[in-house]
Amino acid sequence: MRRATAWVVFAVSATAGASAVPVVGQDTIPPIEGGVRLGITYTPGMRPGMLVLGGPRTAVLDSVRTILRRDLDFSDQFEIITLPEGDGLMIGMGPVAPPDVQARPSGVFVNYPLYAALGADYSVGVFTGSDSTRLQVRLYDVHGESERREFGLPVGDVADPEFRMVVHRVADGIVRAATGVPGVAATKVAFIQGKRLYVVDSDGANRAPVSPAGMSAFSPAWDPRGERIVFAELTRGLAKLHLLGLTDGTPRVVPPTNDLLNFAATFSPDGRLLAFSRSGEHGTDVYSYNLAQDCCLQRLTVGRFSDNLSPTFSPDGRRIAFVSTRVGPPQIYVMSVDGTGQELFAPFDYGVTGSSNAPEWSPDGTQIAFHRDVAGSPQIFLMDVRSREVRQLTSAGRNEDPTWAPDGRHLAFISSRTGSRQVWTIDTETGRVRQLSAFGGARLPAWSPHIPVQNQPSR
Amino acid sequence: MRLSLSITAGLAVILVAAACGGGGQPQVAVGPDPDSIAREQRIRDSIAAAERARRDSIARAEEARRRARADSIASARAETEAVLAMVAERIHFDFDRSNIRPGEDTGILEQKLRVLQANPGLQVEIVGHCDERGSDEYNLALGQRRSLSAKQFLVDRGINPDRISVRSMGEEQPIDMGHDEDAWAQNRRDEFIVIAGGDQLSRPPGM
Repeated sequence: MRRATAWVVFAVSATAGASAVPVVGQDTIPPIEGGVRLGITYTPGMRPGMLVLGGPRTAVLDSVRTILRRDLDFSDQFEIITLPEGDGLMIGMGPVAPPDVQARPSGVFVNYPLYAALGADYSVGVFTGSDSTRLQVRLYDVHGESERREFGLPVGDVADPEFRMVVHRVADGIVRAATGVPGVAATKVAFIQGKRLYVVDSDGANRAPVSPAGMSAFSPAWDPRGERIVFAELTRGLAKLHLLGLTDGTPRVVPPTNDLLNFAATFSPDGRLLAFSRSGEHGTDVYSYNLAQDCCLQRLTVGRFSDNLSPTFSPDGRRIAFVSTRVGPPQIYVMSVDGTGQELFAPFDYGVTGSSNAPEWSPDGTQIAFHRDVAGSPQIFLMDVRSREVRQLTSAGRNEDPTWAPDGRHLAFISSRTGSRQVWTIDTETGRVRQLSAFGGARLPAWSPHIPVQNQPSR
Repeated sequence: MRLSLSITAGLAVILVAAACGGGGQPQVAVGPDPDSIAREQRIRDSIAAAERARRDSIARAEEARRRARADSIASARAETEAVLAMVAERIHFDFDRSNIRPGEDTGILEQKLRVLQANPGLQVEIVGHCDERGSDEYNLALGQRRSLSAKQFLVDRGINPDRISVRSMGEEQPIDMGHDEDAWAQNRRDEFIVIAGGDQLSRPPGM
């Protein structure tokens, strides 16, 4: 064994304190190619960061570097700049690694003064052991000239299907260590394409169908643990709800939905309840069903001459926001989880404000994302739950069906801005948008919680 | 029935005539005595002729009967198909609306009402559809509302609600794939599908 330890060193700078004023309407900025911005400062007051690469270029670390660089950029919390001579700049190389990779490799040299001079707040080192079964991550505080956090994750070979997800978890850990809130790289987005349910990683990789072929799938939603998806199967004008376990891949019908038209289901935050829309002889209403006890179908709304649909739970599980046509065009309402106390939620001007649909409560409970028709095209809006103030996030093309990332900061949505309906993401704080991937005809996205570790004891 | 009786009667006359002709021959003795073999041959020929005539007559009668039945089936089928076309005629809606438009659509539903009244065994399914512009989830509810509107129209006028079921396809099944107002107008519709009692249908009186 010639070389036992290898590493990649990043230096990144945080945007802390620079994002007090939300930037709205930047969604016309072209998408960022390749995930790296070079010398562009897009948030006032933010210092440029840098990306320093060094060490031996093993296959694992090449992949780790590529994925991490992209993930950290997609977090919209750091400015990462590739030095022109980046790959040639050797930061240091250890001799032979100590047997325990958790111990500080003796040869690592962290050049704090250089990083500080280049404007970095943090530096990141990623190491592998001699057998590459573990990634060891260190976050250095450049100004404090000290190690801020260290953590390790087991990792398989680059060809291991779980490899990318492990690296995404590394990125999320780095974001958490630097900002206090984990990143959202180790997540997936479910969506419908060609009537089939697909899942794709948050960076656009590993797109794969998960519902059986030939089944017409509709309106997916994730369970709070990221293990199951509930979706509707449309059959000749009726629809039943299926629970799909992502490990076994077998859909199971939710019992009371064998009848009528059931769709737009959502899990309660504790995963015990399903709320969903059900259409029958009296129009469409919101129902709940106790999944944990397999019982207790309950009708929460009674709209004889109006429709009520598309429920979404508050993260404390006590309230449900939903769409109602009780005064005419669809608008956003809210009620208690037992159906009492129904009232208008997102204010609108009758006869002026366009239809409002597809609400989703943010994971931190402070905002509702939804889409609202503006001059005939749906656009993404946010409502502050406390003040009930509404602001528009998008303006280019049709933008609809927003879904929150678990950080409560990013949204995925469907946009037709480049022609066909595709999945895009937006950072609600900076307005930066990205096209998740180039698959046309996508609809009804659902952003997952953090994906649990597969076949590994949780650490 | 009357036709087959008269044919049977005619057949009897022919058979009697043949028998009498055969019996009368020997009394008219002209010239040499007829050869008995030839005479028997003539008798056999005439019997065969009578038999042929009988068979032809039966075949003609059966052909007539078959044609009559076919004509009556064809006419019943034509009537059924005409009524099915009345049932299947679509109605359309304004954008984001589910009310029945007065005029043409009301007329179409009035026709369906009379068909349902004239055919008590007929059961239909109404499927509401939307254009592509509204929200995907909302459109399922809107399609349901559209099918319910048509059902309510018919139930209000005395049709048993159990004879009409309602469904919605939302925007999932456009019939015009275009992305303009013409296509949208075609796609905002109710479709009417016979689910029982449609094998033989009667025209409503006067239609």
